[in-house]
Amino acid sequence: MLLAASVIQSFAQQVVSGVASGAIYASLALALVLIYRAMDVANFAQGEMAMFATFVAYTLITQFHLPYLLAFVLTILLAFAGGVIVERAFVRPFEGAPVLTLVIVTLALFSIVNGLAGLIWGYVFKTFDSPFPARSVQVGGVFVGIQDLGVIAVTLVVLAVVFSFFRYTRLGLAMRAAALYPESSRLLGVRTSRMLALGWGLAAAVGAVSGMMVAPIVFLDPNMMQPVLLFAFAAAVLGGIESPVGSVIGGVIVGVLLALVGTYLPGGQNLRIPFGLIVIVAVLLFRPAGLFGRREMKRV
Amino acid sequence: MVLLELTQVVATYGPVRALHGIDAQVPEGSIVALLGANGAGKTTTLRAISGMVKATGRIRFDGHEVLNRRPEDVARLGVAHVPEGRGTLAQLTVWENLQMGAYIRRDRNRVKQDLDRVCGYFPWIPQRRRQPAALLSGGEQQMLAIARALMLRPRLLLLDEPSLGLAPIVVREIFDLIQAINREEGLTVLVVEQNASLALQLARRAYVLEVGRVVLEGESDELARNESVRKSYLGY
Repeated sequence: MLLAASVIQSFAQQVVSGVASGAIYASLALALVLIYRAMDVANFAQGEMAMFATFVAYTLITQFHLPYLLAFVLTILLAFAGGVIVERAFVRPFEGAPVLTLVIVTLALFSIVNGLAGLIWGYVFKTFDSPFPARSVQVGGVFVGIQDLGVIAVTLVVLAVVFSFFRYTRLGLAMRAAALYPESSRLLGVRTSRMLALGWGLAAAVGAVSGMMVAPIVFLDPNMMQPVLLFAFAAAVLGGIESPVGSVIGGVIVGVLLALVGTYLPGGQNLRIPFGLIVIVAVLLFRPAGLFGRREMKRV
Repeated sequence: MVLLELTQVVATYGPVRALHGIDAQVPEGSIVALLGANGAGKTTTLRAISGMVKATGRIRFDGHEVLNRRPEDVARLGVAHVPEGRGTLAQLTVWENLQMGAYIRRDRNRVKQDLDRVCGYFPWIPQRRRQPAALLSGGEQQMLAIARALMLRPRLLLLDEPSLGLAPIVVREIFDLIQAINREEGLTVLVVEQNASLALQLARRAYVLEVGRVVLEGESDELARNESVRKSYLGY
């Protein structure tokens, strides 16, 4: 009886912490989807850009002694500006280039950003303090970490802001139109190239949140985001790489699955990365459009 | 006054020359048609005006040289181009399509009035405003494309084959509307059509294109009487 209760208790805790990690994957997956929709290219540097932003937050907090909240907001703004600059400097010159060229550009960006962070901040692991207390609270008989609840709450706020922006603002509407129908949009007077730069800025800002949420859990170092990027890809592919809502749901599913795999399979912690890859391969094999993606229909 | 003037416009797609020096004029307030068979260069002419294809020569619109300007800048000068395939923003709702039509405008109150005015021309729009445009029929998508173009408050409307793929009765309805809008608002229209008899009824003047050249031009009623036009394009 007591044993059963503790099994349920532990299972529920794993699910909650899985949702929390899933929320982090969801943010980065959303960033990937934003850029994928705009230019049909997965931005392999998305995780590294998020890592770089997290180092900026770290510097603001430890060197400039800013309060966490201020550093958080400032980092998001700087990440947005950084995303716009990266697009103007590294992507714009390749406008109209084949997809493969652009993929290689994002891979180059991956190395550049990673190396730059190593050069500036070094490869020694750093602790990035969590804004949330390490205590747990009891919710419906289950102990849940405030850290997990905080991550989930922050992610929900970010998602709500992003979705409202696209749904209710004139600029958001124009960005959607430019991503889906670039030629028609230009005929309506939309400066699509500027929209793409804004898209990169927005994706970088959303990614920065995922970086700042994951850093307290895994320690801060230049390679911190690489597993997260893999899981974000799994989330985006599972949800349908064209679907922002799908990427978020995919993130949560992947997060929970990974938490359960890590806990209940023998040697589970080491199976997390292979499992992420298995998810990607399985989805691409059996349901390439993902859970929420539309099957590609193109007139020939 | 001539609103749009093309002088010796030459356009090429890679090694293929699609236009061999087009001269044409569109007077303000008129409807002008570009006629011709497939591949005659009608669509390319419209695309050259909108900056969607590189060209040489001169294209003057309302006192501006628009040759090789970017499409978004030409649109901002007041040229609404309904392209081949209608340019429907299919995944967006009907209402969002109209809002995108007014994207470049800052006069919000006038935009609201224009939404009402456009819905006056197309009374079915308000009931279906929340539907994705992809769910509309072909005729409705063409009407939505015209409505969206009107939301820009254009000085010039470029229409590429508005009759394509539509039932004759729907085509009639759309052409009547274009004529009514031209009459009531004085909107200048340059329309590309394969269906010559319809186009000659709609337009006051027309140009006949063959393999990238203007081979005939004149008032519509003259052209309709012209022996070779009748044989080649009207089929009697």
